Amino acid sequence: MKRLLDVLREDLQLTGAKEGCGEGECGACAVLMNGDLVNSCLIPALQVEGARITTIEGLAIDEKLHPIQQCFLEEGGAQCGICTPGMILATHHLLEKHTQPTLLQIQEGLNGNLCRCTGYMRIFEAVQQASLVGTAK
Amino acid sequence: MRSNATQYDLIAPNSLDAVLQILADSPDRYTPIAGGTELMVALGAGRLQSKKLVSLWNLDELRFIEVAPDAIIIGAGSTFTDIRKHPIIAEEFSILAEAASWTGSVANQNRGTLGGNIVNASPAADSPPVLLAYDARLTLISIRGTRTLPYRDFHLAYKETTLELDEILHSITISRNLIGYKPYIRKVGTRNAQAISKVAIAALARMNDAYIEDIRIGAASLREYPTRLTAAEQSLVGKTITPATIAAARAAVLTEARPIDDIRSTAKYRATVAANLLEEFLHTLE
Repeated sequence: MKRLLDVLREDLQLTGAKEGCGEGECGACAVLMNGDLVNSCLIPALQVEGARITTIEGLAIDEKLHPIQQCFLEEGGAQCGICTPGMILATHHLLEKHTQPTLLQIQEGLNGNLCRCTGYMRIFEAVQQASLVGTAK
Repeated sequence: MRSNATQYDLIAPNSLDAVLQILADSPDRYTPIAGGTELMVALGAGRLQSKKLVSLWNLDELRFIEVAPDAIIIGAGSTFTDIRKHPIIAEEFSILAEAASWTGSVANQNRGTLGGNIVNASPAADSPPVLLAYDARLTLISIRGTRTLPYRDFHLAYKETTLELDEILHSITISRNLIGYKPYIRKVGTRNAQAISKVAIAALARMNDAYIEDIRIGAASLREYPTRLTAAEQSLVGKTITPATIAAARAAVLTEARPIDDIRSTAKYRATVAANLLEEFLHTLE
């Protein structure tokens, strides 16, 4: 058995997803599976057969940052960067469900993504900014 | 690579029948795995004994929510997100939707299943107190057929259940006949999101004028498995809500609770808070 996270990072050299806790608590390894936010450290690769996986590498369009990435950049929503790919994918998942989320919905949408640098406020501001800008492709 | 996942073998048959055949025939014991939010953690930590796993993830036969006139039947492979999103559950089984909303993070709710939460048999799990309050029935399935039993009879001892080696949990059935019942649920943990409960109570009660006609109280982290607080229930049936009734119910909770001291809390705190939660519910019935 292989974990999805290891297939992504070791076999496919897609190192955007990070290994943080390795037990589904921190969200650093988060990816989208058929559009749903999941922790790739807890997923046996075999269970992904036929599913569409989106990593942070798949979010930017060519050389242009995705609007959510641009908002994190502009609002200072990233410091060391370990949590950032998961934060951005969690934001993507959240904004698909709630285009104009309340602060409470933002906090819930990101509740499985831990950041030890920012204190979260700038991340929340980046998400709010992204919701204002709109994330339509 | 931190995990030792390569030491494990996983097979993913594409039908429930194929899974049941493997569980029945194989001389090796296979451990069923659905969303992996529990077993993959155990595996990574080297705590998963069985080296052979069979996947139940996304099997159509287990991932459904069926609304019948008198009951709702939830496939064991339904995720917490499936449960939160279901309009009838949100409307008629609000405390189940609420428990699902605080079972881990969004990412874990997208993978964790109701069946996994039950079969994993943690005394602290989030959905069991609700299922006890609703007096849910479980349907177990094997190559030999199906059998149903009340969920309250499923747990035998710490992490021990009535599930046979060749059986899996198929579905959870909850009666929709809840007219007049008032629900209550509260989880006490270190933080709102992603915390394992120190103690949790879910309850339903039906009043007849000022009298408690029926009350069912499910609890987490008070005994070695999720438990109904039957002594407290018995102390309350037929009573009005008075200081004496509340005192008797609190005393009953303290006699039947057998909490432990552990990393998350102390036995004393758990028992006291459980009594406080029950009292909070009783005040809403006045």
